[in-house]
Amino acid sequence: MEPLDQIKARIEAAVPGASVEIVLNAGADGQRSLLMDNPHALAVARFLRDDPSLRLDYASNVTGVDWLDAVIQEKRKVKQVIEGVEREIEETTEQRRPGYLEAVYHLYSMELKHGPLILRLRTGNRTDNPRVPSLTPVWRGAEFQEREAYDLFGITFEGHPDLRRILMWDEFKHFPMRKDYVEPNDYEYEPTPHDEVLEKTKRHYPA
Amino acid sequence: MDEGLRSELSKQGIFTTTLEDLYNWGRKNSVWPLGFGLACCAIEMIAASMARWDLARFGAEVFRPSPRQADLMIVAGTVTKKMAPQVVRLYNQMPEPKYVIAMGACAISGGPFKQGYNVLKGIDRYLPVDVHIPGCPPRPEALLHAFMTLQRKIDQQALTGPQRPRHLIAEAPSEFPVPEFGEHDLLPPKNPEVWQPPVMVRGE
Amino acid sequence: MIATPESSQYELRPKRLADGSVQGDLLEVSMGPQHPSTHGVFRMDVVLDGERVVKLKPVFGYLHRNHEKIGENTTYLGSMPYTDRLDYFCSLTNNWAYALAVEKLAGLQPPERAEYIRVIAAELTRLQNHISLVGFLLQDMGAMGTPLMYAFREREKILDLFESLTGARMMCNYMRFGGCRCDLPPGWLEQARQVADEFPRFLDEFEALLSENEILLSRTQGVGVLSRELAVNASITGPMLRASGVNYDIRKVDKYGIYDRFSFRVPLGEHGDVYDRYMVRILEMRESLKILQAALREIPEGLILDPKAKLRGFRPKPGEVYGRIEAPKGELGFYLISDGSPKPYRYRVRPPSFINLTILEDLCLGHHVADVVIILGSVDIVMGEVDR
Repeated sequence: MEPLDQIKARIEAAVPGASVEIVLNAGADGQRSLLMDNPHALAVARFLRDDPSLRLDYASNVTGVDWLDAVIQEKRKVKQVIEGVEREIEETTEQRRPGYLEAVYHLYSMELKHGPLILRLRTGNRTDNPRVPSLTPVWRGAEFQEREAYDLFGITFEGHPDLRRILMWDEFKHFPMRKDYVEPNDYEYEPTPHDEVLEKTKRHYPA
Repeated sequence: MDEGLRSELSKQGIFTTTLEDLYNWGRKNSVWPLGFGLACCAIEMIAASMARWDLARFGAEVFRPSPRQADLMIVAGTVTKKMAPQVVRLYNQMPEPKYVIAMGACAISGGPFKQGYNVLKGIDRYLPVDVHIPGCPPRPEALLHAFMTLQRKIDQQALTGPQRPRHLIAEAPSEFPVPEFGEHDLLPPKNPEVWQPPVMVRGE
Repeated sequence: MIATPESSQYELRPKRLADGSVQGDLLEVSMGPQHPSTHGVFRMDVVLDGERVVKLKPVFGYLHRNHEKIGENTTYLGSMPYTDRLDYFCSLTNNWAYALAVEKLAGLQPPERAEYIRVIAAELTRLQNHISLVGFLLQDMGAMGTPLMYAFREREKILDLFESLTGARMMCNYMRFGGCRCDLPPGWLEQARQVADEFPRFLDEFEALLSENEILLSRTQGVGVLSRELAVNASITGPMLRASGVNYDIRKVDKYGIYDRFSFRVPLGEHGDVYDRYMVRILEMRESLKILQAALREIPEGLILDPKAKLRGFRPKPGEVYGRIEAPKGELGFYLISDGSPKPYRYRVRPPSFINLTILEDLCLGHHVADVVIILGSVDIVMGEVDR
C-alpha cells in the first residue's frame, strides 16, 4: 500500500475541501491514522472504497473511544536569559484539551490484500453535540458496530438506517462505556471484598 | 418395619415400601430438565448429556424445550439483567414440583463478571435455588454429582407434616414476581422474600 | 392486534382475491431467547406471511457481560482469562489473538517452539470447533443427537489433550505475552499424533453419512445464498466469506506466526448457500489436519517464553495497536490503546460472530421458518462473542 502521506495528498486532491490530518502513534507498532473532518467524511470514504489502487472495501473494525477533558503538558527547551547568561531550560506549558468522543475505523482491502488504513472521526464535545456522520452507506459491515458505539458511548451517527440500542435494554438511560459512568449499587453481598469493593460493601451496612 | 423383616419378605418375592418412598422414588428418577443454557456452562451441560458422561442414565432422558413439560431448570451460565425477567418468567411457567440448579460461578453469584453493570449477581436474588455447583465451568462430573445430590434431596422430602416441600403447601408461592427494566438497573434489584444478603460481621 | 368479530379491520378468515390468491395478516413471532435451536440466548423478531419470512430483526444483548469495561479495569495479563470466555468453544485462539495484539504493542517476539505450540493448539481448536458446528447444524435440521454425539466423541479426545497441556478443558488461559505458559508434558506429542492420525478416518465416516445425504442436500442447497459483493461489503469473514467465493484467509494474507512455513490450500465455495458453508468447513478440517501433522513433525526444542518478556509490572509504552488472527469463526481482532499504565485505556474486541450477523435478514427473506434455523446454524454464532 502507498505511504500515508501520499494517500493524504490524493484524498485532498480528489475531495476538495476535505481536511485530513495524520495522527501519530507512539507504540512499537507505529501505525499512523488519518483524522477526517465530519462534513466531508462520507465523500472521502467513498473515494477510499472506489479508488482503483486502494480499493479499501472491507471495514474490519469500527469502535468508539472516550477521551475525557485532559490537561496536556508539553515540555519545550527555551532559550532564556538568567543572571546575564543565556541558557537553555525546559519550560512546561499546560494546555486544556476539551474531551471528545471518537469513532475509529480500521480498513483493509480484500481485493488487493493490503491494509490497514485507520480513519478517525471526532465529535465536537462529549455533552451536547456527540454527532458524527455514519459510514454505513459505504460499508454495510459498520451497521451493527456503529449501533454498538451509540449504545455504549452515546455517539450519534447521522445517516445510520436504524440507530437504536443493541446490547442494553431499550429503557436504559446512560452510556455505560464512558469513563464517568457510575454503575448501580448492588454490592450487598461480597464473599471476599477488598480495596474499593470493600468500600462499596460497607456502605450497605451502616453499623 | 425393620430391615430384617423387609429383606426376608423380599426374598420371598414380597416388596414392602411406604407411600412416601414410592412417590419420591418415582419423582427422583425421572427429573426432566428444561433445555436452558445461557453461556459456557451450557456446553459442559451438553457434554454431560453426550456419550462420555451420560446424563440420561440418571433419568434426565430428554431436555424438554418447553417449560410447561419440564421439572428442573439448570441455570447454566451468566444471568444478565436483560435476561433476568425471561428467566423468572420461564420459572413461573414451569408446573410444580420444580427445582433449580444454579450451575457455575456466574449463576451462583455473578462469577468472574461480577463487576458489571449488566450482570445479575446470582440467580438466587429472584428464585429459590436447590443445588449450587461451583466451578468455571464445572466439569460434567460435577453436574452429575449435583444431579445425584438433587435426587437425594428429593428422596428425603416428607409428604406430610411441617417439613413438607413447597409444592404441597397450599399457601407457598409458586410464581415469583418478574422484575422490570428500569433506567439504571432492574426494578426491584432483588426479591427480599427469596434472598436476604447475609450480614457481614467484620472485625475492623 | 387481536381480531374480534366486532372489529371490521381484521377478518377471522383470510380473504380470497380475484386472481385466486389468499390475503391474510402478517404474523409476528419472537423466536427466543430460550429456544432449542438458537445457539444460546439469541432472539429474532420474525414477521411471517404464512410460512415465509417478510422481515427479521435480530435482538441480542442477553449475554452482555461488559467484557470491555472489565478490560479497562484489569491489567493486561489479568484480562487473559476473560478472553477465554468470549468464544467459549475456541479459547486457545482467543488467547492467541490477545497475546498477538499485546506483543505487537510491546514489541515482543515469541521463540520458535512457542510458535509451533501455538499453531498446534490453534489447529486443534479449529478441528473441534468445526465438528461441533456441523453437529449442531445437523441437530437443528432434525437429526436429533446422532451427528452431535459423534462430534462430541471426537471433541472429548481433543479436550483431553487440552486438559493435559493447560489444566482445563475449555477455559485454557494458556498463551502469555511472548510465548506460552508452560511446556508440553512428556508424552503429549505422541498422544497428539495419535489423535491427528485417527481423525481422517472419523472425518471419512462423518462425510459418508452426511455429505451425500439426500435430506441434507435438499434442505441446504439453494438456501441462504450470500453473494460475493454483499459478503465483502458487510465485513463478513471466516468460512462464511470463503463459501461465497472470496479468497481471504488471514493466515495467508497477514502470515502471522509461522503460517508461511506450512503449505495448505484455502477451500472456496461457488454458490454461497448453506451447503457450501458446510462443505467449506469439512474441507478446512482436512487442511487443518495437514498443518497439524506437519507442525507435530517439525516442532523444535527450545524456550517457550521470550526472555525479554516481563510478566509482572508490565507497562507497555503509550500507543495503539490492532492485532487480528483467523479464528475458526472469522477474523478475531483486538484493538488496544495504552497510556503507559498497567491497565489498557481502551480494550476492544472485534467479534466475528457479531459482524457476521449483519446480513442475517438478507439471507432469510423469502425462506420458510424452518430454513431460518438452518441459516442461523450455518452462520456459526456463539453468544459469548456476539454480546461480549
